[in-house]
Order: sequence, then structure tokens, then C-alpha cells
Amino acid sequence: MKLKTVILAGTALAFAGHTALAADMTLVSWGGAYQASQKNAYTDPYVAQNPDVTVIWDESSPEAVAKLRAMNEAGNITWDLVDVEAADSIRLCDEGLAMEIDPDTDLADAPDGTKASEDFGDMLVSECFIPQIVFSTTFGYRTDMVPDGVEPPTSACDVFDLEKYPGKRALNKQPIANMEWALLCDGVAYEDVYTTLETEEGVARALAKLDTIKDETIWWSASAEPVQLLADGEIFMGSAYNGRLFSLIEEQKQPVGMAWDWQMFDLDGWVIPAGLPEDRLEAVKKFVHFATDTQRLADQAKYISYGPARKSSAPLVGKHATLGIDMAPHMPTDPNNAKNTFVNNYNWWADYRDDLDAQFQAWLAK
Amino acid sequence: MSNTANAEMLTTQDGKPLKAALSRALFREKMRSLMLIAPLLIFVLLTFVAPIVDMLWRSVENKIVSDTLPETVVVLQEWDPATGEAPDEAAYEALYNDLKIAVAEKTHTRLGSRLNYEKSGISSLFRKTGRRIKRMDEAGPFKEQFLEADGKWGDVEVWQVLKQLSPRFTGGYFLNAVDAEQTPEGIQMKPDEDRIYLFLFGRTLFLSIMITISCLLLGYPIAFLLASLPLRSSNLLMILVLLPFWTSLLVRTSAWKVLLQQQGVINDFLVWIGLISDANRLVMINNQTGTIIAMTHILLPFMILPLYSVMKTISPSYVRAAKSLGANDWIAFWRVYFPQSVPGIGAGAVLVFILSIGYYITPELVGGTSGIFISNRIAYHISSSLNWGLAAALGTLLLVAVLVLFVVYDKIVGIDNVKLG
Repeated sequence: MKLKTVILAGTALAFAGHTALAADMTLVSWGGAYQASQKNAYTDPYVAQNPDVTVIWDESSPEAVAKLRAMNEAGNITWDLVDVEAADSIRLCDEGLAMEIDPDTDLADAPDGTKASEDFGDMLVSECFIPQIVFSTTFGYRTDMVPDGVEPPTSACDVFDLEKYPGKRALNKQPIANMEWALLCDGVAYEDVYTTLETEEGVARALAKLDTIKDETIWWSASAEPVQLLADGEIFMGSAYNGRLFSLIEEQKQPVGMAWDWQMFDLDGWVIPAGLPEDRLEAVKKFVHFATDTQRLADQAKYISYGPARKSSAPLVGKHATLGIDMAPHMPTDPNNAKNTFVNNYNWWADYRDDLDAQFQAWLAK
Repeated sequence: MSNTANAEMLTTQDGKPLKAALSRALFREKMRSLMLIAPLLIFVLLTFVAPIVDMLWRSVENKIVSDTLPETVVVLQEWDPATGEAPDEAAYEALYNDLKIAVAEKTHTRLGSRLNYEKSGISSLFRKTGRRIKRMDEAGPFKEQFLEADGKWGDVEVWQVLKQLSPRFTGGYFLNAVDAEQTPEGIQMKPDEDRIYLFLFGRTLFLSIMITISCLLLGYPIAFLLASLPLRSSNLLMILVLLPFWTSLLVRTSAWKVLLQQQGVINDFLVWIGLISDANRLVMINNQTGTIIAMTHILLPFMILPLYSVMKTISPSYVRAAKSLGANDWIAFWRVYFPQSVPGIGAGAVLVFILSIGYYITPELVGGTSGIFISNRIAYHISSSLNWGLAAALGTLLLVAVLVLFVVYDKIVGIDNVKLG
């Protein structure tokens, strides 16, 4: 009898406790070092200022698009803020699963008074997207496997040069980035890449270029894979996210170098799920306003080598929080790294992704 | 008189007809047993039957077009795409009226991404037009204004896709799932470079059969040992079989990566003993070999356990009797022992085959490009491309394939011949 009372009371308390925590905020991100950088730069200072807010992390960003759609169909949105790539934000916006925002009212102005819409500029790739970082897909190579008397690779195009740099490669198992590199390295001008890809001959040409290294390539789907392959010496050269390569080189001290030329710029940012109740929406908007201001975005670069999406944050980027090295030279946006960069055309991919993906996967399977 | 009437209608002691009393008692009993299994029944209905029905439904459901563009759909019924010309002003006016509502409700982009599955470029066409629609003149002429917003509105193909997808149900997803498409000339196979699904179905079947066979070849001797060794040593062996069974799937798959990769343990060892040269290390992972090895290892217990439980019931006296009648070891095994173990082979093979045909995570991790299954494409369409209709159609086909194989199996071997112990 006594035990039962205790259990009942405990359950009641648990329920009461649950409803009392109306200030719970569920943030969805990618886990790992990236999520840690967001915790350090955004949520820890925010919770310090607003002790009544409890932040709950969910590492579901890789499946965010599908899960948001399922939540929407079930009519029960359990997430408050979701970290996604730019291309996914367009998809979510098109599907009506993410909320449209007004940058000038929802986001903070720069310290000098520049409007947010101008400070973020081109980074606002869709009506729902709240940019955080610029990252890039770029190439890492084993410095100890470069043949004697040969210059180490400097460009994405070196991946196609099997004579100069023999050995296995690793590429992402999807058409995005690979098709662009293939055409670019086959001599198509930067500004013509996407118009070429719209034609059948263009696709055939890109696949023919990729054919030249197909037998030597391991195709990755999880972003940890190429880094592991490099660390194991399984491959000579592979495409990976620059932040992952940074931690492989600077934190784990592996004999790996980076070939920055024609790195593929990409964006990552927040979206607010559509259909949040009024009180939660208000709470999350308050957080977003804080977490995407100039200082917070610059702070994040202390923990990971991704560039802040605001122009006004760039001068504030300092040293790595634990390694003490200057972060600016490791940023994809650093002038030395960004001599030739490729900016991914998200809107184009939103249109052609399904079509090219079918052809690319059919090509891969053969 | 009354006596005979009573004899005709048997009653219980309190005068009720016996038949009614019996059926009531039986009914009560049935209800009681139904109540007892109700939790399981409800559970199975909710978690098994309902999702499958939902999946079947999604693979043909297509009400988004007629819901979003109700007027246009009606007007387009009059239009014949064979004329090779875009529809007239009336269709554009209907489209304007529909899109205005759709934009206000923000449903036009969702329709755009649906139609984009059929024809690339429609997604941005709807997005772009959605932004322009507020600035269009309500008085018309609409055709001109739409063409000005985007020249694609004059494209017959765009309208044809709209007309083709007007019905509330579509076979389009299933056509897509077998590499076919609807063209003005009827249903045709897609061009060679776009075909992928039939090929993947074939490969899934082939690899699943290979995995089943290798499980059987490896599992049969082990099960035989387990069943014939004395209890003490067979228990130890049983633990060796079950230990990997209890280990996380991901751990085992990752372990295979470490073992099989080119700079991995096996290759290092072979180079060290001089069997292969450093330059010619074997490629055993990120291809079909990797998938077959890792999956065989993972599914092996599902073969061994049913085999073992069947073999355990085979009395050793049959083999002894065969030998005493002059059979040698092989004939005694093949003619006497093996036929009795067939039900175990049936059960194990069906289990392993059905599990492997829907496997997803192991091929994804070790299969590279030549070792992936159809399930990997289904997962891609669920989580990345959001084309749930196509994923549902592919899933339905996979389900049908399994059921067909099951029926074939029943015809050839007989399902009564399957025993789990």
C-alpha cells in the first residue's frame, strides 16, 4: 500500500514536472563536434541569461526532412528548431514544413546597424532559411602517399589525374558536387556548368569524366567515412567536409593535407518547423534572434573551422578555444583557400536533383 | 403429448433450450479467448497491418493535383495533348484562379515538388510563378501573363504532366518502380541510362540467394555438430553461436570493415605471409563480396538455430539402423539423416532469405555501389528525396515478390515441411 502511494506520487510528480517545464526547447542538429560548437557558442550563453529555459538536443538532422514531414502528417510537432543544409531548407520550405521568416524583424541587426537581410546577403537562399555557417566540401590527401618528386595536389581537379596521383579516391555517393567538378575539370567554364548539366550531352559528359576514376573510387554516404578512409590510408585522396578534415589534421595530427582549389561552398542553418503553437514559437524566435547575432556566429568559429554566415562576423573570428591556433587560415572563406570556389546552386538542384539522381545511381550501379 | 414435445426439444434444468444455452456458453468462451488475445490483436493491427495498408495506399494515391488545382483539372479534360499545342486561355484563367488560392495557402510549392518527380524543372516553375501571381492583372489576358512569368507555361509537356496526373489515383509510381513511364504513345520503358530499379530488384534477389546458400553451407555442419556432440561441448559451441547473435549489428558490421579493407587485418596478414604482394591487395569490401560476407555472418544464427532444433529431434537410432543394414557413412547420412533434416533447411532458408531481401544497414555500410539492395533506394526515397509514393511502390513490389516466392516455395517444398523445432 505504501509502495503504491509512493509510486503514484512519483508518477504524478513526473507529470507535473513535465508540464511545468513549458520552457523546454528541442533543438535538432548533427551531433559531434558541430553540435558541441553550437552548444558552446549559442545555447550555453543563452541558458546562462535565461535560466528558466531547458535545451534538449536531438541528433536527427540527417533524417530531419523525412521526420518533419511525418510529424506534420501526424499533427504533432515536437521540435522547435532544426539545423539543416541549404538544399534541405528549400525542400522543407516548398513542402510547407518550415516556417517563412522575415530576416529584418526576426534576426538581429549587425552592431553597426546594417540590416540582417543585407548582412546575410546571398546566404538567405530560401524564405525559411536562417543561415549559420559556410562550410565546404573539399579534398584531403595523404601527404605520405604523394609520389616522390611530384607536387602535392592543390585542386579538386587533381582527383581526376590518376597518372600523377595514383591510388584510391573517395567521393560522395550522390550527384551534387561530383557532377559539377567533373564538368569543371573537363574544361567547362564555371558559369556554364549548370546550363551544361541541363542537357543530356552535359550529363553524359560529366559521367564520362567520372568514369575515368570510377574503378578507383570508394563512394561514401556518411560524412565520417572519407575521414576514416584517409586516416586508415585506404585512399590517397577524398572529398570531405572541411571541418572534419580540420579535426583530422589539427586535432588528430594525421599526415593529411588539403587541396582547397574549387572547394564546393555550402550553407547550413536553422529552420523553424511550421505549425508551432504560439508560446513555443515566441520562445524559439527569441532564441534565434540571440543565436544568430554577429558575436554568436563569430564565437562558433572558435570551436570548429566553419565560416560565419554574416559578413559582420568575419573580422571577429579569433583563435581555437582549446588548441589556441588562429582559426582564420582554416576557414573555407579565407582568401588563401578561396582563390577558386564553387558556389552550389541550390535552386537548380531543387529542380534537377530527382532526375540527375536517378541517372547517377543507375550509372553507379552499372 | 407433452412428453414427446419435451423429448424433441431438449432443455436445461431451468427450462431453456439446450441448443441456445450451448451456443451462449460457446459464445461467452469465444469472447473470453478473444479478450485474452485482444492486446496482441490490436498490437498487430496497429503496428503491422495498418502501416502496410497505408503503404499500399500511398503508392497509388494522388489527390494533391486535383485538390490544389480543382478548376484547371476540369478545364484540362477538354484539352488534347496530341494537338501539340498548349491549351487555350480558359485553362490559363483556371490556373490563375487555382494558383491564387494555392499561393495564399502555400500549397503550390508542395504540388510543384510532386510534379517535379515526373518532369524536372516544374518545382522552380511553381515557386517562380507563385511569387509573380500577386502582381498579375486580374482582368487577363492570362496566357500572355503566364508566358511572361515563365516561358515554360507554353510547353506542352508541362500541361501534359498536369493532365496526366489529374486523376485522384495514379499508376505512375508503380510504372516508375519498374523503370517504365507514361508517354503520349502509351507506356514505355525508360531510356537505358535511367533504368535502375528492375536491375536492383534482380541484384537483391541474386545476393539474397547467395547469402542463403552460404549460410546453409556454413550452418549445416555446425548445426550437425551441435546436435550430435555431448551436451557439455555442444553447450559451449552454442554459446559461440549465440554470442555474435547478441552483439550489436553495427559493431559486427564495422568489425568486418576493419578486417576486410585493403589496409585491413586480412590483407596485412596475406601480405605478411607473402601470399599476395603489397601492390595487389585484395578488394573484399565496398562491393558484393563485402555484402555477402558480412550478411552471411550476421544471418548465420537464423540458419543454425532452426536446423539445430530439427536435428535434435532426429533419433540417432535411424542412422545406426541404416548402418546395421549395410549402408556406409555417406549413404546413411544422405538417404536417412538428410531427408529428416529438410524441414529445418526449409525453415532456415526461408528465414534467412526473407530477412536478407529487406536488409538495409549492412549493405549500406559495406556494399559500396555494387553490393547495395533495393531497400537502400527505398530508404533514400523515404529520407532524402521525400518521394514517399515511389518508396511505397517499391516496398509493395518487394512485398509481392516475397509473397510470390513464398507461394512458389510452398508449391515445390510444401510449407508443412517447415519446422522450427
